[in-house]
Amino acid sequence: MLENLFTNIAGLLRNLLDSAGVPPLWNDVTLLVVKLVAILVFILINALWLVLMERKVAGYMQARIGPNRVGPWGLLQTTCDIGKLISKEIPIPKSADKILFLLAPALVFVPPLMIFAAIPFGKDMVALDLNIGLFYVFALASLTTIIFWMGGWGSNNKYSLLGSMRVVAQMVSYELPMILSVLGVIMLVGSMNLTEIIAAQQNMWFIVTQPIAFLIFFIAAVAECNRTPFDLVEGESEIINGPYTEYGGMGFAMFFLAEYASIMIISAMATTIFLGGWLAPFGLTFIPSWLWFFLKMYVLIFVVMWFRWTFPRIRVDQLMGFGWKILVPLSLANVFVTGIGMYIYRAIGW
Amino acid sequence: MSDWAGVLIFLAVAVAFGAGGIVTSFIIHPRSIANQKFEAYECGVPTIGTTWVRFRTSYFLYALMFVIFDVETIYLFPWAIKYQSLGLFAFIEMMIFLFILIVGLWYAWKEGALEWK
Repeated sequence: MLENLFTNIAGLLRNLLDSAGVPPLWNDVTLLVVKLVAILVFILINALWLVLMERKVAGYMQARIGPNRVGPWGLLQTTCDIGKLISKEIPIPKSADKILFLLAPALVFVPPLMIFAAIPFGKDMVALDLNIGLFYVFALASLTTIIFWMGGWGSNNKYSLLGSMRVVAQMVSYELPMILSVLGVIMLVGSMNLTEIIAAQQNMWFIVTQPIAFLIFFIAAVAECNRTPFDLVEGESEIINGPYTEYGGMGFAMFFLAEYASIMIISAMATTIFLGGWLAPFGLTFIPSWLWFFLKMYVLIFVVMWFRWTFPRIRVDQLMGFGWKILVPLSLANVFVTGIGMYIYRAIGW
Repeated sequence: MSDWAGVLIFLAVAVAFGAGGIVTSFIIHPRSIANQKFEAYECGVPTIGTTWVRFRTSYFLYALMFVIFDVETIYLFPWAIKYQSLGLFAFIEMMIFLFILIVGLWYAWKEGALEWK
């Protein structure tokens, strides 16, 4: 019953539209728009909630209780924050490139929303089952770089420019190990379709067969969304707030929400590729598949937040050195070892 | 309806959502005119010099390395998908391809292109 809750709702809606005499094409479009709105609401509620979770996690790790005044257990804190931010002025600096300056926060939410279209949230719960899903996700994730660069350059502020230079350098450096690390998985599955990747993990999650790839992927993904210990981009003590320095009001809120949306994306992707997605471990199928996906995603999100209060920020040279001299060779070696390993397996006849 | 039409719908809604947020904010936010507010937020004193200057070349070297390896990954993806049906020849060939790139990485490393100076 719960297992198929959302697919049943979708089926019901489709039947309803069919019986109302809506042509199949418009039926599809309507259903897609409903899914889209559901995903948008999902991202927004979770991103809002993640800001609170981050502050709560920080609070408990530092032996205090975090925000607890607005709403029960502080649950309405971030909702009120966004309400405040949307009613604040967005001051556009006199010297800024006004078009780029306003385009960046308007576009920063595009990649996260489009990536979520391809992520399977549960059994048969994927908005667009693309045959090159994995490639699509990486292509869109790298677009974020350009948006940060637009904001940083358009601000015409020295700190913003430094911050966006670092964004570009860091993101391009860590994108390589991230992409290379999933090659092993693609070789094992023989497809880039995310649904097929999950189906291939029926017997064993890829974290078991590709542990190194998981580590590389997760570290590189944390660096991709500029989280501690890789948050040189917005190192508050040296370059104020990186590319967002000049942003106020809704402009800042957009960047802020997009940052938390990208944490959700990396966790969701790591879950899908390495942790079996919505598959229930140990045959615990009485918990619905979408809840499993949600649980695994939140465990990884917690790990990302845990990182923040455990590791100090690293230096720029360490950042670049780690990416290029350790992660890139290691991920190439992983491709090589996977290739050899698959031959040996086949030779043994496993 | 093809999946890519769906991608277009997602793109349109995503852009509309972002732009809508900014436009809504512009409609409802209060306005106050204070010249100081529109100065660059740097050090509290009038900003000195132009921002858009020539930048250090370290970034450029990393970008070059990135382009080389990113093009490589484009070739690796189709190979990885068909890996199981391609047989030993394709594997060895791809290893030669990777070897050439690893030599390139080693050369860049040796020449100090990966050092942050």
